Amino acid sequence: MNFVIPSFAPAIPEITLLILASLILVADTFWSKRFQNATYYATQASLLVAGYLVLSSFSVEQVFTFNDSFVRDSFADVLKLFTVAISLGIFLFAREYLAQHRFMSGEFFVLGLFGVLGMFVMISANNFITMYLGLEIMSLAMYAMIALRKYDGVAVEAGMKYFVLGALATGMLLYGFSMIYGATGTITFPEMKAVIASGKADGIVLAFGVVFVVIGLAFKMGAVPFHMWMPDVYHGSPTAVTLYLGTAPKLAGFAMVYRLLYEAMPGLVGDWQQLIIIISILSMVIGSIVAIAQDNLKRMLAYSGIGHVGFLLLGVIAATDDGFSAAMFFIIVYAITGVAGFGMITALSRTGFEFDRVSDFKGLNAKNPWLALMMLIVMFSMAGIPPFVGFWAKIVVIEEVVKAGFTWIAVIAVITAVISAFYYLRVVKSMYFDKSEIQGPVEIISPALHWGVSFVAILLLALGLLPGSLIDLCYLSI
Amino acid sequence: MLTSYPILSTLIWLPIIGGLLVLFAGRNNDTVAKWLSLIVAGLTFILSIPLWANFNYGTAEMQFVEQIPWIPMFNVQYYLGVDGLSMPLVLLTTFTQVLVIASAWECIKERIEQYMGAFLIMGGIMVGVFTALDSILFYVFWEALLIPMFIVIGKWGGPRRVYATMKFFLYTFFGSVFMLVSFLYMYWQSGSFSILDFHELPLGMTAQILIFLAFLIAFAVKIPMFPVHTWLPDAHVEAPTAGSVVLAAIMLKMGGYGFVRFSLPITPDASMQLDWLVIALSLIAIVYIGIVALVQSDMKKLVAYSSISHMGFVTLGMFLVYDIVASHGTMEGAQLGMEGAMVQMISHGFISGAMFLAIGVLYDRMHTREISAYSGVVNKMPWFVMFAVLFAMANVGLPGTSGFVGEFMVILSSFKANVWYGTLAALTLIIGAAYTLWMVKRVFFGPVTNENVEGLQDLNKREFAIMATLAIAVVALGVFPAPLMEVMHTSVENLLVQATTTKL
Repeated sequence: MNFVIPSFAPAIPEITLLILASLILVADTFWSKRFQNATYYATQASLLVAGYLVLSSFSVEQVFTFNDSFVRDSFADVLKLFTVAISLGIFLFAREYLAQHRFMSGEFFVLGLFGVLGMFVMISANNFITMYLGLEIMSLAMYAMIALRKYDGVAVEAGMKYFVLGALATGMLLYGFSMIYGATGTITFPEMKAVIASGKADGIVLAFGVVFVVIGLAFKMGAVPFHMWMPDVYHGSPTAVTLYLGTAPKLAGFAMVYRLLYEAMPGLVGDWQQLIIIISILSMVIGSIVAIAQDNLKRMLAYSGIGHVGFLLLGVIAATDDGFSAAMFFIIVYAITGVAGFGMITALSRTGFEFDRVSDFKGLNAKNPWLALMMLIVMFSMAGIPPFVGFWAKIVVIEEVVKAGFTWIAVIAVITAVISAFYYLRVVKSMYFDKSEIQGPVEIISPALHWGVSFVAILLLALGLLPGSLIDLCYLSI
Repeated sequence: MLTSYPILSTLIWLPIIGGLLVLFAGRNNDTVAKWLSLIVAGLTFILSIPLWANFNYGTAEMQFVEQIPWIPMFNVQYYLGVDGLSMPLVLLTTFTQVLVIASAWECIKERIEQYMGAFLIMGGIMVGVFTALDSILFYVFWEALLIPMFIVIGKWGGPRRVYATMKFFLYTFFGSVFMLVSFLYMYWQSGSFSILDFHELPLGMTAQILIFLAFLIAFAVKIPMFPVHTWLPDAHVEAPTAGSVVLAAIMLKMGGYGFVRFSLPITPDASMQLDWLVIALSLIAIVYIGIVALVQSDMKKLVAYSSISHMGFVTLGMFLVYDIVASHGTMEGAQLGMEGAMVQMISHGFISGAMFLAIGVLYDRMHTREISAYSGVVNKMPWFVMFAVLFAMANVGLPGTSGFVGEFMVILSSFKANVWYGTLAALTLIIGAAYTLWMVKRVFFGPVTNENVEGLQDLNKREFAIMATLAIAVVALGVFPAPLMEVMHTSVENLLVQATTTKL
């Protein structure tokens, strides 16, 4: 028996992240109150290191390692880079929030960093086991983050809910994995693709497997009809955690969809396409209609997130390279917009006061026209109105679904976009046309946060005016 | 030719950047905001004059073209150009902008820098709509316009402004998304987003009908046509004066422009098949909405309904071509109708703008637009009434004013198509006269019965200048419309050829 030492090079960013995160975890228990920001800075530095390592190994060719269980390709690199960039933003916004709400604890950052590690692993997964491993690393970190404020009943309930439903979803996914493994005899994606293409696998077992995998994916992504946890969890979590939940993991979730459905099972497109069409339409419709009734902005953004998942799946329905590229562009834009939106709530929240109801935004323009303008950009970008980048995100996925011959789905999509415009407009309406209910000025105290929020919002405009390079990047990386 | 400097980009970006500048420089300093805006708007208008001066009348080709790749992956281009159909609309936009900025001088007190900035940005975006030759670029401008208008109506509007502005936004957004899907479909067919490539694209009958209907929804909401017009009276009544002027004078024209730029050349066969639908809706608008205007008690609402009725002439004139060609086998009358529609658009831009400005002048003084609140204004504001009556006469279509030219051409051409069309269309001369003159009588003439009217001041110099400028425009276009028609002539001919050449 000969043991070949695998090449570690493709996984250097993950390995480094693991080591750094573990070190910070240990160090955090020893850092006294005097260095309370040390964990934060160490976390940001680790992210930068990981980002640098990804960037320095960037190349277009695919590299497999660890017995083909792990892959490094340009798709993974691009998503990892954006995961890092978005996480940097998340931690920046979260720090002030945690300090304001007096539960500044190193755990948040350490768990967050482990979550990022999980996302990295998911993005690079090339077989069922690695995918599962990455998913669980990420999910476990998030369960704990939600319930971090252990005296807050709502947050603990949200954590509980997320844990139970997340475990259920994982179960579904594993069940699907086992069926597909049974039918194909392999857990590695490229081999699975070959076996399915050869037609030797049992079609019925595969079909059942696909159904369970799609259910698991829909659960994790928060697509209708498996979306019920999302509004409660988004709402119940401390806003800094919602900011985390609602943005970076979406990229990993998309990677999971891409790897499982397109890289492993393109031969079963006839089976999963039908399911995805139904899920996509339901998500867009329910997401856009139910959001209208929400007064809490976090809940509203949760439903808006459900609607956005429906849009993301439009690119998946197309089941082509271009379709997935469009979906990738869409999800990156959505994550950036999410950082801006949740970031704004985080930045405006004060000690003992969550700035998260739509009515809290009343009269913001009169009190702080700059912040109102930034929020306006975020809302219009989410609604998909040009010249903001959200428009391009929607247009590329709709274009792909039209190209695939489903013009009727495109029509449903644009109608839901109009419906959802209503509730984004409501926020703008509150800011510009209503009288404020809040005494005193509304401002962001920390200049770093102020400029951070402004930077992300202006980025939405800049990318909207010149979306070419980001679109190119997504299309070249698949 | 002045091809060396990108004149169209200048006309788009100068006001947009100027508007952003006003937003920042004018904060806490109203004087800076006002003068900076006026200077930017004036400069934009002056810079737009070379468009006319250097315009080549002999060709239907696009002129002053600018073309740079924007999103190479999708073959989306930053592609601008004007022909005889769009050039007058660009000038109308830059011209109206100056008046709009000037009109807001004293009446807006709250956050004037945001108000002025919004209007400057709107001006640039509207030029973009009329000059974009890439459908996605067109769509970007088309939708982007909603944002500043949404804010303007919602922030500075009347008591029901929030309802009106939401309705305005959602109606027009709803209309245009179908247009977007059509663009994507045609891109999938042709591999290009260029509008000129869409003109050449062969399309089957089913596809044409679906695309035509998608366009119809988009443009019908915008122009607006019966029965999707209901957002317009609400938006007008609640909008501040300048908002109404931009809505009526320019935004409605975007719908009409859409028909000539997209519907007729891209889906000629579907247009031929469904022309009865547009004509029927236009005639309903002309007659029925005219009657609705009769019973209005709010001046702005009256003029808003009158706008819908007048825009019915535009769509009528555009879609007469198929009936004329069918019954006469010649394009001659059709040319008259189409040019009439185009002239009507420009003329309505002046007249409706002027009417709303005049109502704004009264509103600034009395803070009411109820017709019954006024009587005998002429005794206190003779100069104002002189202008207002001139504009009212133009609205009725009095010969010698611009309102006459377009309506007359369309009516003439509709008689050529079908006697009944002509008769119904001509009815508007009576109905229009009825509602306009009745309002004039009740508001301006008669004894002064109200002490508020007693205290009215006549026009100040600024208002006088605005009114006089518009009066000159209305009369000049009325007595000498030839230059405008010359500009359009070749392009209209070309359009008619495109509209009558089958793609099947």
